[in-house]
Amino acid sequence: MNWNFWIIQTFNGVSYGALLFLVGSGLSLIFGVMRIVNLSHGSYFLLGGYVALTVIWTTGSWLLAIPVAALTIALLGLAMERVFLRPLGFDPLRQVLLTVGFAFLFQQAALDIWTGNNFDINPPDALTKSIVVGGVYLPLYRVFMIGTALAIGVVLWLAMEKTRMGAAVRATVDDAQMARGVGVDTSRISMFIFALGAFLAALGGVIGGAFLGIYPGLDFEILPLAFAVVIIGGMGSLGGAAIGALLVGLADNFGKALFPEISYFTLYAPMALILAVKPTGLFGRE
Amino acid sequence: MHSESLKILLVVGALAAIAVVVPNTNSFLILLATRALAFAILVMSVDILLGYTGLPSLGQAAYLGVGAYMTAILATKYQFGLGYDFWLVVVFGILGGAALAAVFGLLAIRASGVYFLMITLALGQCVWGLAYRWNSLTGGDNGINLRERPKFGLDLSNEVTFFYVVFACFAVSLLLMYTLVRSPFGRSLAGIRERELRMKILGYNTWLHKYIAFIIAGAFGGLSGVLWAHTAGIVSPENVVLTTSVDALLMAVLGGAGTLIGGVIGSFIVFGLREYLSTIVPWWQYVLGIVYILTILYLPTGLMGIPERIRQRRASAQRRNDAKKLAPAAS
Repeated sequence: MNWNFWIIQTFNGVSYGALLFLVGSGLSLIFGVMRIVNLSHGSYFLLGGYVALTVIWTTGSWLLAIPVAALTIALLGLAMERVFLRPLGFDPLRQVLLTVGFAFLFQQAALDIWTGNNFDINPPDALTKSIVVGGVYLPLYRVFMIGTALAIGVVLWLAMEKTRMGAAVRATVDDAQMARGVGVDTSRISMFIFALGAFLAALGGVIGGAFLGIYPGLDFEILPLAFAVVIIGGMGSLGGAAIGALLVGLADNFGKALFPEISYFTLYAPMALILAVKPTGLFGRE
Repeated sequence: MHSESLKILLVVGALAAIAVVVPNTNSFLILLATRALAFAILVMSVDILLGYTGLPSLGQAAYLGVGAYMTAILATKYQFGLGYDFWLVVVFGILGGAALAAVFGLLAIRASGVYFLMITLALGQCVWGLAYRWNSLTGGDNGINLRERPKFGLDLSNEVTFFYVVFACFAVSLLLMYTLVRSPFGRSLAGIRERELRMKILGYNTWLHKYIAFIIAGAFGGLSGVLWAHTAGIVSPENVVLTTSVDALLMAVLGGAGTLIGGVIGSFIVFGLREYLSTIVPWWQYVLGIVYILTILYLPTGLMGIPERIRQRRASAQRRNDAKKLAPAAS
């Protein structure tokens, strides 16, 4: 265990965290606005990866696959929110259970359409090289992941803090009833946020597909990790999601490298403790 | 009180029918019923929390996992629990589930609603993580194979004998839980579900009530795990994974939360769909998903709520008719 080990593990942890930020930020915003836990969020991640695969197989273009997959899944999320979740009104438990029902449906649909095989999404050659920084080889693709997450994070932050729409979203997170009272269309906000969450999760699926692979069961593997991000960071907080993602990414990597036998325990036990002490998460608003 | 005793009679009759009919069918159906009964104990424990206390648990598989892993580890590593000491393992499983719930409850009971859902999810994932990664103890991803079922006077490797043992455990559990929810303690749990603040003001220690309910649910989860281990013959992280907890919760909702017996019906329907339908058609999981979605959308009170809904519909139709008859007279 020399310096190299620590640098590489930290780098891997940060890049994994970047991926988790994409999945977790959407989940966090959805919780903030609608007060529901979207248990089909992992399915959006997986389906995003599958749609991207189809686009790559038919057109051969990885660059095209990213927006097509993300937008397709955003539409799927939008339809789900409008047709099924919205009519239930404000009933979080039933909405949560409904999202599980959909997660099972999506699982079977994915199995039927894309078979049960493991696939890899191959990024363009330009991104498969490594760069050398101070004698350490860093895969360019992971650098790209960190860059994408940073860019998305900045755009989201600007949208939330500087636009009228963002202000309306923040108002809804703080107090939906008051927001409605002052004329914010919270129904439209939740539709928009749900679609955005699905968009981000699918984006994560396409980008993460290159190094996680795309296979049945990935949906329920990524879901608890996304939860850890949301809970540690605080529900409904974008900055919290960023910090949460970074912490979970690092904890996961170092946990697996240092204490392989209890690695998941070291991830989820702190999550449970944080929830018990501060139910809204470390940076969540009361 | 009349309709209550009628309901009890119906349940007893249905269970007696299962006990008589199932052993005379083929071994596929016997195993299916054994699985459904063993799992139904877990679903009923979810119902104690969800239906009677208002706490949606999304980590109940953890307690099944404790019971199941305890059984498997004792049997394979120490050759313990394969004779009369099987009943000791049952006791250990119950105590193990209760002990884990006593620890987890300290963290989880502080939360309610969706937060309770998430904290139980996190705690369940802790157990899954250990089962999945702690290779030397749990066999990791491969799990542990139980080579034989206990033998003591009764030979549990005989599927019919084993079915009756599971059935007996199930029936005792149902009876105990039914007694529990009808007791003053159970009534105060329902009070907490309806309005916790009011119960607090009335002087009830609501935290302690919920904590005890959580431990009791954990104990039944442990029992379910012991039976499950010998039913399936293998214990793996699959048993403690998030989807197993989700299954238990959805089965309770499907049958009707707050009815106990609804969870049993849910368990039988889901196991039936999953293991019977899957041998006939490849798209069985669509059916399961759609059944869940339709139940949540249109039957929030579950299948057990259907008679009540029909009665209400009839009553309101009756009222409308009466109103029509009265309307001309009034004008």
